[in-house]
Amino acid sequence: MQLLYFAWVRERVGTGEETVEPPEAVRTVADLADWLRGRSAGHAEALSDLARLRAAVDQRFVPLDSELGPAKEVAFFPPVTGG
Amino acid sequence: MIRVSVDHAPIDIGTELAGIEETGAGAVASFTGVVRADDGVTAMELEHYPGMTEAVLCDLAEQAMARWGLLSAVIVHRVGPMVPGDRVVLVATAAAHRREALEACAFLIDRLKTDAPFWKRETRDGDARWVAARASDDQAAARWTGPDGSPD
Repeated sequence: MQLLYFAWVRERVGTGEETVEPPEAVRTVADLADWLRGRSAGHAEALSDLARLRAAVDQRFVPLDSELGPAKEVAFFPPVTGG
Repeated sequence: MIRVSVDHAPIDIGTELAGIEETGAGAVASFTGVVRADDGVTAMELEHYPGMTEAVLCDLAEQAMARWGLLSAVIVHRVGPMVPGDRVVLVATAAAHRREALEACAFLIDRLKTDAPFWKRETRDGDARWVAARASDDQAAARWTGPDGSPD
């Protein structure tokens, strides 16, 4: 599974992308964030407050309680601020 | 005609609007967003989600084309480093009459603000900070959707 991080999430994690193979117990996007917090202090800091995070699965915005299913690409980022 | 562009290059309004006028429309409306300098900002950087950004903007343009019967919809968004006075975004719409062009233009910029994966980082006094999302932007985007989630 390809992971992408943007804005301050990217800065705190310390990379913009990485490839992971989460265990089967990781079923939702929120489960994935929980599991990723164990990878490094940066991940723990970036993904600690789910209320401040948004996510996309295969380039579509999804709620954090969404099932991952056969997701190939998951992105974590803050609420968007374009325009 | 739909044109969507996400690029580091400065936005040339004249070229974009001349292009949309060639469609033979009676009405062309446009919105330009510019980097503000009035609150001490000396620089701004725009980050985006390559691929998803373009897909979201194309989808919004298609929705506007269908809902208002547009002849053209153009969304040009700049990314990367900018300074106050630089154009960040241009939205332009062409229709037979002004009401459709103006409403569709407002829809596109309101929804772009909440639906497209861009992130702004502003620098003041050498200190760069990510901009927080604003509730007023969510409210502006929500007015284009009925209570059941369908277009009003």
